[in-house]
Amino acid sequence: MAMNYNTKDEVDGGPPCAPGGTAKNRRPDNTAFKQQRLPAWQPILTAGTVLPTFFIIGLIFIPIGIGIFVTSNNIREIEIDYTGTDPASPCNKCLSPNVTPCICTINFTLEQSFEGNVFMYYGLSNFYQNHRRYVKSRDDSQLNGDPSALLNPSKECEPYRRNEDKPIAPCGAIANSMFNDTLDLFLVGNESDPTPIPLKKKGIAWWTDKNVKFRNPPGADIPLEERFKGTTKPVNWVKPVYMLDPDEDNSGFINEDFIVWMRTAALPTFRKLYRLIERKNDLHPTLPAGRYYLNITYNYPVHSFDGRKRMILSTISWMGGKNPFLGIAYIAIGSISFLLGVVLLVINHKYRNSSNTADITI
Amino acid sequence: MGSLAYREDPEEEKNSEFTWEVQANNRSYNNQFKEKVFLCWQRKKYKRNVIHTAKYNVFSFLPLNLYEQFHRMSNLYFLLIIILQGIPEISTLPWFTLFAPLVGLLTIRATRDLVDDIGRHRSDRNINNRPCQILMGKSFLWRKWKNLCVGDVVCLHKDSIVPADLVLLASTEPSSLCYVETADIDGETNLKFRQAPTITHHELTSIRKMASFQGKVVCEEPNSRMHHFVGCLEWKGKKYPLDSGNILLRGCKIRNTDTCYGLVIYAGFDTKIMKNCGKIHLKRTKIDHLMNRLVVLIFLSMVVISAVLTLGFRYKVREFKAKHHYVSAQHVRSEATQTFFIFWGFLVLLSVMVPMAMFILAEFIHLGNSIFINWDERMYYEPQDLPAKARSTSLNDLLGQVEYIFSDKTGTLTQNVMTFKKCCINGVIYGSEEEDTLLKEDPYLWNKFADGKLHFRNAELLQAVRANQDRRVREFWRVLAICHTVMVQEKNNQLLYQAASPDEEALVTAARNFGYVFLARTQNSITVMELGEERVYQVLAMMDFNSVRKRMSVLVRNPEGSIYLYTKGADTVIYERLQKKGLMERTTEEALASFAEQTLRTLCVACKEVDEDMYEEWRQRHQEASILLQNRAHALHQVYEEMEQNLQLLGATAIEDRLQDGVLDTIKCLKQGNIKVWVLTGDKQETAVNIGFACQLLSENMIILEEKEIVRILEVYWESNNSLQGGKKGHLKKQLPLQVKMALVINGEFLDQLLLSLRKEPRALVQNVSLDEEEPWQEPGEERADFLQARRLSLMWRVLGIQLWNTGLAPQDKGYKALESAEVRRERAFVELASRCQAVICCRVTPKQKALIVALVKKYQDVVTLAIGDGANDVSMIKTADIGVGLAGQEGMQAVQNSDYVLAQFCFLRRLLLVHGRWSYMRVCKFLRYFIYKTLASMMVQIWFAFYSGFTAQPLYEGWFLALFNLLYTTLPVLYIGLFEQDVSAERSLELPELYMAGQKDELFNYWVFLQAIAHGTATSLVNFFMTLWISRDSAGPVSFSDYQSFAVIVALSGLLSITMEIILITKYWTVLSVLAIFFSLGFYGVMTWLTQSIWLFKVSPKTFPFLYADLSVLSQPPILLVILLNVSLNTLPVLAFRIIYQALQKPGPKEEEEKTTSEEIITVEPIPHVLREARTRRSSYAFSHREGYADLITQGTILRRSPGVNSDMLVDHTRPPDELPSSMEDSSWYPRKMSFLGRNRRQHQGKVSSEDVQPASEEKLPKRQERSLSYEPWPYTPESLPPTKETPLSAEESQMTSSESQMLPSSQLSLKSQSAHLQEKTSLWKIRKLSWKNWPYTWQKEPGPPKEGTVPVSNSNLTALMETPPPTARGSSTSEQPVEVEPSPVERQPSPMEWLPGPSKGQTPPDLAGLPPSPEEQQ
Repeated sequence: MAMNYNTKDEVDGGPPCAPGGTAKNRRPDNTAFKQQRLPAWQPILTAGTVLPTFFIIGLIFIPIGIGIFVTSNNIREIEIDYTGTDPASPCNKCLSPNVTPCICTINFTLEQSFEGNVFMYYGLSNFYQNHRRYVKSRDDSQLNGDPSALLNPSKECEPYRRNEDKPIAPCGAIANSMFNDTLDLFLVGNESDPTPIPLKKKGIAWWTDKNVKFRNPPGADIPLEERFKGTTKPVNWVKPVYMLDPDEDNSGFINEDFIVWMRTAALPTFRKLYRLIERKNDLHPTLPAGRYYLNITYNYPVHSFDGRKRMILSTISWMGGKNPFLGIAYIAIGSISFLLGVVLLVINHKYRNSSNTADITI
Repeated sequence: MGSLAYREDPEEEKNSEFTWEVQANNRSYNNQFKEKVFLCWQRKKYKRNVIHTAKYNVFSFLPLNLYEQFHRMSNLYFLLIIILQGIPEISTLPWFTLFAPLVGLLTIRATRDLVDDIGRHRSDRNINNRPCQILMGKSFLWRKWKNLCVGDVVCLHKDSIVPADLVLLASTEPSSLCYVETADIDGETNLKFRQAPTITHHELTSIRKMASFQGKVVCEEPNSRMHHFVGCLEWKGKKYPLDSGNILLRGCKIRNTDTCYGLVIYAGFDTKIMKNCGKIHLKRTKIDHLMNRLVVLIFLSMVVISAVLTLGFRYKVREFKAKHHYVSAQHVRSEATQTFFIFWGFLVLLSVMVPMAMFILAEFIHLGNSIFINWDERMYYEPQDLPAKARSTSLNDLLGQVEYIFSDKTGTLTQNVMTFKKCCINGVIYGSEEEDTLLKEDPYLWNKFADGKLHFRNAELLQAVRANQDRRVREFWRVLAICHTVMVQEKNNQLLYQAASPDEEALVTAARNFGYVFLARTQNSITVMELGEERVYQVLAMMDFNSVRKRMSVLVRNPEGSIYLYTKGADTVIYERLQKKGLMERTTEEALASFAEQTLRTLCVACKEVDEDMYEEWRQRHQEASILLQNRAHALHQVYEEMEQNLQLLGATAIEDRLQDGVLDTIKCLKQGNIKVWVLTGDKQETAVNIGFACQLLSENMIILEEKEIVRILEVYWESNNSLQGGKKGHLKKQLPLQVKMALVINGEFLDQLLLSLRKEPRALVQNVSLDEEEPWQEPGEERADFLQARRLSLMWRVLGIQLWNTGLAPQDKGYKALESAEVRRERAFVELASRCQAVICCRVTPKQKALIVALVKKYQDVVTLAIGDGANDVSMIKTADIGVGLAGQEGMQAVQNSDYVLAQFCFLRRLLLVHGRWSYMRVCKFLRYFIYKTLASMMVQIWFAFYSGFTAQPLYEGWFLALFNLLYTTLPVLYIGLFEQDVSAERSLELPELYMAGQKDELFNYWVFLQAIAHGTATSLVNFFMTLWISRDSAGPVSFSDYQSFAVIVALSGLLSITMEIILITKYWTVLSVLAIFFSLGFYGVMTWLTQSIWLFKVSPKTFPFLYADLSVLSQPPILLVILLNVSLNTLPVLAFRIIYQALQKPGPKEEEEKTTSEEIITVEPIPHVLREARTRRSSYAFSHREGYADLITQGTILRRSPGVNSDMLVDHTRPPDELPSSMEDSSWYPRKMSFLGRNRRQHQGKVSSEDVQPASEEKLPKRQERSLSYEPWPYTPESLPPTKETPLSAEESQMTSSESQMLPSSQLSLKSQSAHLQEKTSLWKIRKLSWKNWPYTWQKEPGPPKEGTVPVSNSNLTALMETPPPTARGSSTSEQPVEVEPSPVERQPSPMEWLPGPSKGQTPPDLAGLPPSPEEQQ
């Protein structure tokens, strides 16, 4: 093994030994980098070294999982399908397009009271908000209040770009297909006098959406209607965009129902936040147990594509809504990790002698 | 290339015609020749002397380079995708997602090509601007090479390089001789001479006459046959023949000739050397090919997946159109149209799965690894100030997979420097003294003629020489000073010797330093300064070397008037002719043996005094013989033979053909790394074999197979192959015992017979090799005979093949094999045989054959080949091999310029392969595996998402994430892996060459690994997608996190972190850089996400940057972080655990193997039976090591009718006349080693071998015949098994003899029975006894008489014991395969070397050996 060049290079990473004066010396620099001798840590993953990781992960994940699971179980959630496909359903009448406006009422009972803030969702199924053409069919410039885009929406909005020679505001298929059922919730306190539950419209959209992404056309002092002058409402809409809400802070493009709808869902079955039911005080539950009815102004057609419409009421925790899966997943992974740890322990015990040699497999 | 190949055939035919006319000094005449190029385009037929090897010029660079780049399938594919992507209907991805990476790729490649080409331009310019003197009008003017035209007369001076192919017109030397060095062409450093035609020599004596020279040369069209030229000179109405002896080729160097004049006949690309250089050919690595295949595979699966998803859409679209009112307006087109579009849409969407950035990064990695090679200080060679250089930047990973190294010998393995090492005068050995004396003052100062360069120091010898007391010492040096063909020249008061071989020069120089200075020679005298006294010897006869005679003698009359014969030659030859064999001769022989042990090239020196009468008588016969018209060589040979008798031995010399530094270690190391080293050399067989031993490629315990054996083995193989109907590859395995080490020694002629089909191969296989049918190296007459013979053989094989095929013996199961021609089958068999050998040495091969050998191996074995050489004769081999390594040596830069890697020393090859190659391979493999994993892990979610988005080809990820993912977010760590990863350190790589085998077996990246990567990637993508999906589906939250953007962010980030975790786990070499790489890539994600999701860019173009603050909003929610954590751990933990468990379970495997090998080693470390060593005769290679000297030239004056090459090669062993006995003797000396495997059937441990070497090998001189007879025993002869081939008569006869022999020797048969039974099944087909048969009659005759029954068996039993020299225990171990403690070879038991001398004498066993049990069988 005597290499004739071995001896002179013993000094690792030392400065190039060649004096700077020798001109045109092509000897490569003897630096750690160039000689690929950087100080390095070469971890060797063996059963013995990795073993603690598995146990630690197991020990961390299982409590997290349990925590999530318990939290999730404490969340109250009720889901009411009001599509009306069942002939017995009160909303069945609304399936025929002739009945306009169609109002139906669905009774339900809360077995347990809902404490804290309650979120009211509407859920749609088999609705492809992630359809490629559909997703594209919007003009973010217009929604951001760009005056030129307002009057000349993007081509992406076709065929919902112009209507009767007027630009549509907001243009595109997403806006055009905005969910427009109205849901009202009543607590049946006594037989004759149902109490309407106050539903808060604001605060249901992402802050950035509401305050950055969606802007009404400029003009602070000008009434909203003026700002949308020269545009027309989407074909399917009943009212123009500036009349979505009497509150000017929640009207036009910054209407939160609209913003929520415009944030398209990833999957064909989705929930969207509809209203907030704020807790009044600590003494009374937000939604006490009892009988309720849901008053639905049934506008949105889903029957044609076998869609379902649901209303969901849910309390909320630090980790969101009811989601048993996450907790189970954590517990499962924690257990698997623990199990693997045991397996490794066995292996480590069995092949302890061989594990100290460096392995060179990838 | 295609067009080139197409043009080739007509050209081949054409250039045998004599249509090339060149008139001297008449450019206009020569310019009138036109040649049709294309349709009516014409151009001048004769090219100028300008060469352009560069590919591009300023204007053609961009279009040509782009054109070339888009020739790559991958680039073309991406271009197509980008174009598709531009169609709005199809556009599923934003434009920048694919555009940015492609532009990056193209730019990087173009830059690299540009840099390469600039280098080529520069070297072209250098060459084209070299100066030369051209006859313009009436005088020679300095012009540049590029100004040279066909028909010009040029003037060349000493040491200038010939600018074009010239006809030598005249020179300043007598007879218009011109000495050239053809190192740049064929790598030979010795001088050759060319001679001008007599007519021009006589006529063109002045420049004026040259200016008026109007001769016309008519010759062949330009061709690539380097050593062949036929033409004629027409001048003044007469025709004079021209042949290759009159031609100076471009690239030669003029030596020893003051000035010479030549007429340009071929210029520029028409010259023979340029015709031998092919186009620049891009070499691709195995991984590269695999990568391309895989990418195609991935692409095809993309198409399939797209099609499947399109089917889904086809089903869904009807529903969308009819029912989903919110999108139905967008489905206005017909369903079929939309389906069609969506298919392309999916193709675009999934194109991100085709790992495009992989190509960019692979370029970077290749480049980086090349730079590391350039930077490696340990491959820097100080004396030449030369670091290693990777000229090709794309072959690094191939360096890690090399299985065959084809090495040149001269200048590559050896330094090509012969040094006088030792001598033995009068039985006293004088070796060089210790190194430290070197530092003392030069002991040769007393001698004013000493050249001061001799490193041989021996005060004792010097004293003896200067004392001038001992006659033998005097005569010894006198022989060295007189008996040679060295030419002397005086320059600056210094004597310059010019010798036909470096050996000879070394000897004469040694004599010179010891005071016997060869001063001058004339045609019939030699002047020598002997210790200050000038003496002139009259040369009476010169009997030159050739490989048959193996000696050289000079008959001189000394100044005192007495006649002496001075001889030097191979020891075998000299010893046969000695007058007496006394003590001195024996000690000298001992010395020779010890010299040979040290792999020195030995030579015996002898002299005798000749009576005047005897000389007179002899002179007449000599005279008669030398004027014979027929058979002169033979007659002279006999006359010489008569004179060279009754010699008196003076001593012996030992010359070292010095190996380059570290060659031994390197070869040993490479062999441990399972790399086969083949030596391909133009040298003689003996020299090559000698070097083979010196660098331990060959060892004593190898069976060395030569031509005849190979032919027979192949025949047997082939027949058995046919008759067994198997046609299986690897059948050879059964025939050849695996434990036996074998080596092949073959020569050029044999290869010619073998490589017939390869010659017909399309050019693609053999890069840049002239496929001319003739043998450039050999001379015409001989070559024809060779070729005819080869043809005949091949025809015979073919006929045989057809016969066998017709009778249904041909393999049926493999149809294609049956269709193969006999030649192909033979070639395959040969390669299979050769690949089983430990070493292969090919001698007397031409540059073209070197390339053909490489091509042969490449064709039949799927292996990576590396060719290393330093001379221009290695160029074609270097180009043909997968990797060409050029040594920047003394032999010019041709090899370097055609190589992929430039090294300064052979020993750096070890580091290049074992460290850099292995690292590169490992890095690239790891890189590829990870890259494919990462691409699939992140991109396959697109497929899963398609199922949930109604198959509308909606991308899941944001466009910017897609675009930057491969460029920024994941690049640095994977680049780190590709550039810096080290699984083991450089030191460990060198310590454990076994690690290298992983590359040879393609272990680190193959289809299986690819599948693993795909599976792993798929699993990761499934986890990321579906875990996220299940968690977020239909769930509630303070704000929805089941929206598209949040979903995309979660999946993207999970994916990114998962693959980052993966790279953290697979990185084995953690440095600051790797930490930085990971930090930066994640940092890039942060920064770029922040940037592309910022309000400013959103304002600029909301459509391009739609994910406004998506990450910020999503990641501010703890449950989402929990989801990502979950995904990452679910991706990482099981894989990690799986790997560790797999590893832990794997480990016992190799361990067992280790145990196995160690136990095997224990067995193999048995002592080598010294009996079988036959070092002495073999090693004396000097005498055959080179061609004939200049004796002809000297004795006949300078008037040569024929070129010296023709002369010499007439006598060379090529055309072995059947009546020449000595040639078979030459063979015979090889056989004993073949038998040696009998004594040990296990591999010998390397270290052991070397230690054995040191022990005095003295019992090796067993009578050859006995060994041979023993060796025949293990294979009971069955005549039926012999194939009915041409050999039948011989083999029948042989069979009888062998069987009778076995009957005659019952005890020896007994003694070997167990062994033979042991070996029988493996070797029954291996008819080595038959192979070595040819020697039998010869040795038989040499015996004093046929052995009589009764005496022989006895001696044989003893000899058997002798042959089984290893102590019984060791022998027992070898057969019973149990690890037994090994006794060192018993030195004390060895017989004194005196006892056997002289010659083979049976029955003379040493007394202590005779006491051994008679038969080893009893031991068991």
